[in-house]
Amino acid sequence: MKVSRRGFIKGVMATGATALGPTLVGKTSEAWAKGTVKVGILHSLSGTMAISEIPVKNAELMAIEEINAAGGVMGRRIEPVVVDGASDWPTFAQKARELITRDHVATVFGCWTSASRKAVKPVFERYNNLLWYPVQYEGNECSPNIIYTGACPNQQIEPAVSWLLKNKGKKFFLVGSDYVFPRTANAIIKGQLKAMGGTLVGEEYAPLGHMEFATIVNKIRQSGADVVFSTINGDSNVAFYKQYAAAGLTPEKAPIMAVSVAEVEVQGIGPQYCKGHYASWNYFETTKTPTNPKFVAEFKKRYGHSQVTDDPIEHGYLNVYLWKLAAEKARSFHPPKVRAVVGKVSFDAPQGKVHVDPANQNMYQVVRIGEITGSGMFREVWKTDGLVKPEPYSPYISDMMCDWARGGLVKR
Amino acid sequence: MDAAAAVSQLFNGLSTASILLMMALGLAVIFGLMGVINMAHGELMTLGAYMAYSCQLLFAHLAPAAGGWSYLLALPLSFAVSALLGWAIEVALVRHLYGRPLETLLATWGLSLILQQSFREVFGSNNVFVSTPGALTGGVAIGSSIQLPYVRLFILALAALALVGVFLFLYRTRNGLMIRSVMQNRPMAASCGINTRRIDALTFAFGSGLAGLAGCALALIGSVGPTTGQNYIVDSFMVVVLGGVGQLLGTVVGAFSIGEAHALIEYFTSSTAAKVAVFTLIILFLQARPAGLFPSVSRALD
Repeated sequence: MKVSRRGFIKGVMATGATALGPTLVGKTSEAWAKGTVKVGILHSLSGTMAISEIPVKNAELMAIEEINAAGGVMGRRIEPVVVDGASDWPTFAQKARELITRDHVATVFGCWTSASRKAVKPVFERYNNLLWYPVQYEGNECSPNIIYTGACPNQQIEPAVSWLLKNKGKKFFLVGSDYVFPRTANAIIKGQLKAMGGTLVGEEYAPLGHMEFATIVNKIRQSGADVVFSTINGDSNVAFYKQYAAAGLTPEKAPIMAVSVAEVEVQGIGPQYCKGHYASWNYFETTKTPTNPKFVAEFKKRYGHSQVTDDPIEHGYLNVYLWKLAAEKARSFHPPKVRAVVGKVSFDAPQGKVHVDPANQNMYQVVRIGEITGSGMFREVWKTDGLVKPEPYSPYISDMMCDWARGGLVKR
Repeated sequence: MDAAAAVSQLFNGLSTASILLMMALGLAVIFGLMGVINMAHGELMTLGAYMAYSCQLLFAHLAPAAGGWSYLLALPLSFAVSALLGWAIEVALVRHLYGRPLETLLATWGLSLILQQSFREVFGSNNVFVSTPGALTGGVAIGSSIQLPYVRLFILALAALALVGVFLFLYRTRNGLMIRSVMQNRPMAASCGINTRRIDALTFAFGSGLAGLAGCALALIGSVGPTTGQNYIVDSFMVVVLGGVGQLLGTVVGAFSIGEAHALIEYFTSSTAAKVAVFTLIILFLQARPAGLFPSVSRALD
């Protein structure tokens, strides 16, 4: 009984979301003589991850509406099919299968957590479809059917560690949520500290959703750390930053460098608790490029002026455009043909010009470090000179590399 | 562990205990006294937390200069609003399911999903923040390496106050007397002229109000979002079950045992390991004494 009711509720939610999708865009479907092209949008619209994933879904829909308003792709209007992964990994896999086999989508934009990506990966590989993944991740993956535009470890974590060693001190305290991303990230950081002369003074993990950080903060205090490197994810961040400040620890004593705290999270924590701490990303709302002001203004116009943009939102948006450009280049919506030319197009994204590395299907992008300000925005304190080549397999923990010119996963 | 770390950890344990106590008090009334498994209890906490946020917004618009006082208004308001919702839940839903625990569980779980989605509609899917009132930022420094944050001292005091309040209400007021009599022997209480339906609604509303108050307090140290309550609900049930259903003293001792045990074990291991260890200890303890630390002798639970 319990199971069937649960399934029923999820079913209703998903149906509601699907029905909502097409109505959100385009009023003139009749005007398109050559018809439409369906794409899937697969995010958690309910459950714990909904907080993070709904804004990304919004950004993807915004890109689709913009493209449709400008004439669509090869004369076709994009029709998004929005489904709910419900923060539940088997549901993600099931929805991915439905999108491909029932709705016959040309491609899918979606996922946030690595767990959801790993759940849908076999589905995309089996049906040879294409997933555009917008979030920074731990690397160590090489799938021909996924385009990973979020930062690899060498486009976020490794530059942040180098910057801290140079500017903030040698003694590192690592704290993270207890699952695959923080564990992998910290393995990389430990390798890097060893190679670059830093010291590890502590390493702690808290379960996802953990709200009691007093003991961990006490350990940080006792350790005499110069910097805290945080891979804490989700709600726990609120508790962590508030309790860090309440214990009298300040950015002057030991700044926190985070890789999962962007503008959206800062709004939820409260800017006064994060002020002076740092985060590393490829895009901030304040990033100065010719295209960013229009993107930010458009997002706020559609979804409310209190809304902020951040790195995963921007990656969700640019993914749709990269797919459009690649499909036009291939003159086809057929996923393998789109994939074949994905490295040959570049897009003027809000973060600047980007393009995909055909060797490993990750993206060339600039790395930025920002200091959180009192208004909850980031002030850029450092960035790389040019685009950084993605390395999904960190040399600090792996001797493998992903290179499709050599057939996929090979020895470095 | 040196002296400073030990003092900090004992205080952290005490603080965790006070938070657990805040969370469990409402449940001790609803689950403990009434025997109703209310899966939407966490959402009543969330509502209280959102009240703190709403007051903050209200003050920011109407009286920005007095913004620091918004939290003072939020405390009684969170109790009142959650109590009101609790009353409505009892009258509309729970009342019709007394004596059917499985249906109650399912219905209140469904309700918790509805409430979560409603929070999303009203307050948005993103987390919001409640800023700590100016008077509560910082802390008492003891030496150079111990700081007792004011926020935690405040929650400690609030938990103590709430406990005294619950005790006085249940044992020193006419309504409290009626509640206890109905919970102990419903037909007898009814034949003495007590309106048991009114008392059921009152008890449920009171427990719900306590949940709201807890949410308001927890907004100072944790997150405020649609699913916030989910982070607390398991711990709350754990405290009540360990303490012994139907006993206020049990809830207090349960909260303090779990809080201190968790803080001490976590210091020497990790927070995941501490959680596992505490759960294991509780399971072992309940194997030996299934009725908890302070078994109830009330006939209502036979």
